Amino acid sequence: MISWPNFVSQLFNGLALGALLALISSGLTIIYGTLGVLNLAHGAMFMIGGYAGFVAFQYTDSFILAVLAGSLFVMLLGVVMERTIIRHFYHRPHEDQLLVTFGLGICFVEIIRLIFSSQSQLVPPPAMLQGITNLGFMFYPTYRLAVVGIVAIALGALFIVLYRTRLGMIVRAGIEDSVMVDSLGINVYRVFMVVFGIGAMAAGFAGIVNAPVVSLTPGIGDDILVQTFVVVVIGGVGSFPGAILGGLIAGEIISVTSMFNPGYAYVMLFAAMALVLVVRPHGLLGVQGRE
Amino acid sequence: MTDDLIRRGLSRRGLLQTTAGLIGGSMLPAMPAFAEDKPAIGTYPAGVSGSTAFIGISVPRTGTYAVQGEDELKGYQLAIEHINEGHDLIKKISPKTSKGVLGKELKFGVADSAAKPNEAVQAQQRFISENKAIMITGGTSSAVAVALNKLAQREHVLFVCGISGSNDTTGKDCVRYGFRQNFYGQTAAAAIGPVLVKQFGKNKKAAYLTPDYTYGHTVTKSMQDHLATAGWTTTTDQVAPLGAPDYSSYLLNVANSGADVLINVNWGHDAVLSTQQAKQFGILDKMKLVVPYQVPFIARETNGLMQGVFAATDYWWTLEDKFPLAKMFNETFEKKYGYKPEWGAENAYISFAHWARMCEEAGSFYPPDVIKTYEKGETLPSFVGDVHYRAEDHQCVRPVVIVRGKMEKEMKGKDDYWEVIEIVPGEGLMQPPGAFGCHLGDYS
Repeated sequence: MISWPNFVSQLFNGLALGALLALISSGLTIIYGTLGVLNLAHGAMFMIGGYAGFVAFQYTDSFILAVLAGSLFVMLLGVVMERTIIRHFYHRPHEDQLLVTFGLGICFVEIIRLIFSSQSQLVPPPAMLQGITNLGFMFYPTYRLAVVGIVAIALGALFIVLYRTRLGMIVRAGIEDSVMVDSLGINVYRVFMVVFGIGAMAAGFAGIVNAPVVSLTPGIGDDILVQTFVVVVIGGVGSFPGAILGGLIAGEIISVTSMFNPGYAYVMLFAAMALVLVVRPHGLLGVQGRE
Repeated sequence: MTDDLIRRGLSRRGLLQTTAGLIGGSMLPAMPAFAEDKPAIGTYPAGVSGSTAFIGISVPRTGTYAVQGEDELKGYQLAIEHINEGHDLIKKISPKTSKGVLGKELKFGVADSAAKPNEAVQAQQRFISENKAIMITGGTSSAVAVALNKLAQREHVLFVCGISGSNDTTGKDCVRYGFRQNFYGQTAAAAIGPVLVKQFGKNKKAAYLTPDYTYGHTVTKSMQDHLATAGWTTTTDQVAPLGAPDYSSYLLNVANSGADVLINVNWGHDAVLSTQQAKQFGILDKMKLVVPYQVPFIARETNGLMQGVFAATDYWWTLEDKFPLAKMFNETFEKKYGYKPEWGAENAYISFAHWARMCEEAGSFYPPDVIKTYEKGETLPSFVGDVHYRAEDHQCVRPVVIVRGKMEKEMKGKDDYWEVIEIVPGEGLMQPPGAFGCHLGDYS
């Protein structure tokens, strides 16, 4: 029997998962929207963010430094990846992009496995966020509550960069028409590098923020990648608000379905995606007619 | 014996024929018709016609069971190394072994199964057809073990099972060509059930976390059946897919189920993650945790959450205080790999050592002969005392080790996670032969 505290706690769970999916997906969708690259290494970058943060935590014992290190390392990795490999694929067919990013993802996973083995690693949440919070009508892990806030702040920062800065303006213009932006004398390729770095950083940040919730293993990015793609499709490929909306919808679908029958959580998620594709082929907030 | 045969309806003519056959059989080694007595079957004799014999190994090296798979692989490698060099430890289990099996050096190939049946079957099919593997192994996931059982029977190649906890492996999915050394759902439940009732009392409410495949379902069913006799009821059974990325939704259902005890049937990284998250949700503060089928690794990876927790397992290194062979094994293993061997390594080593002994005693790699040698049910040494294989379902009758997680102050070193509280003899734990629908197939 479903009690209302159980229902509300599952809604909270959906919110926490949804916020996380929204953040990872926003990185993916920004990269696709601007560069036209479907980055299948995005899940691996989420995973690397966790491990980079884990290493920093081992040395500093500080969760904040771990988050900083995880995010910045993956941003740097994204920039290097874009400069050395991805930029050669901008004008290549989508299949080539998919294969090269998929291959990179596999390489990243195996390198991490080589260094850290398959044993899971745990980054504890900061002391003040450990334990359970009594919300009056239910108990809920404090850190999971905090994740919603942390991710909301991160998404807000991303929003400001994209919608309140000159860089953001160029990025959004690039999403609409990169040839036009290029012809205006803006070095689109330098912008692309920054965009790839920011998109990667979103994944890395999510990876280390999520590490105390789900212990780290080399394969942790595989499952999240599939969910992230579903989120992007539901929200609309290339749409930042769409990624947020899609993430929250996906999180709630997975969570609420799990309350009744966990086995059908992914079935419902994919069913929702199919429904969206039928009703709005470009996603809920996607731009119609965009390639 | 003659009276017995006649009572069963054997005619005088039949008796004469049998006697003649026995006499003829005793003369066979000197007769040129010997080869025809062991017609080609599976990879025999092609696989052993040279100076080597090949073994196909498939273990999960990626995915949720990767840690256990690596440990298992190390056990296989050490066993092969010891068999090839005629190590003292192997000789204690297989006294006729000198160097190699029947004088043939063992070679092996390793494939990553990722705990997926189709990948394991593909890899083993390749080892059988390309390398003429004379024996295959794999497991860690019972879904893999069941799939390889079927492959082994179809290809007539011996399958020495790796870790597999499902009742089905030597139950409804048993095969003539498959053998399993480790304990399983039924024996786990029968061994740990009385301990739990003694510890927590009767008429308790239990919530289950069950992985959604043959292993999970059979272990949960066995636990429910055994505990029902003491009035235990199930408040919820949360069934999650193998390798679920997050258990929070399942755990919220558990948290609101009103259970007294959480019985976590998950294994490998799934067990680690679900237990860690159960702690996050405060479940471990209000419910007792039980892990009825567990790998000792879980204690290290959950960082203290196993303290005081009861669990059933195949092997824990401190058994060396009681069993000299375990001590020898631990020492050689740790010297080579730098850590105490875990259950996977123990299972792998002893399974191969038993197979080597069977081949030596049969005097041949001819599969029907090796199988019949197993089926004699002879008493064999192992790292947990004497054991034997049951002819009816090819399950090794061996003890189940009940452990309790040591509190931090009780630990004498970094690897001292568990206290062995009981070694439950195997005989009384097993279901009657055929109770799970085992029908072994043909020899040829």
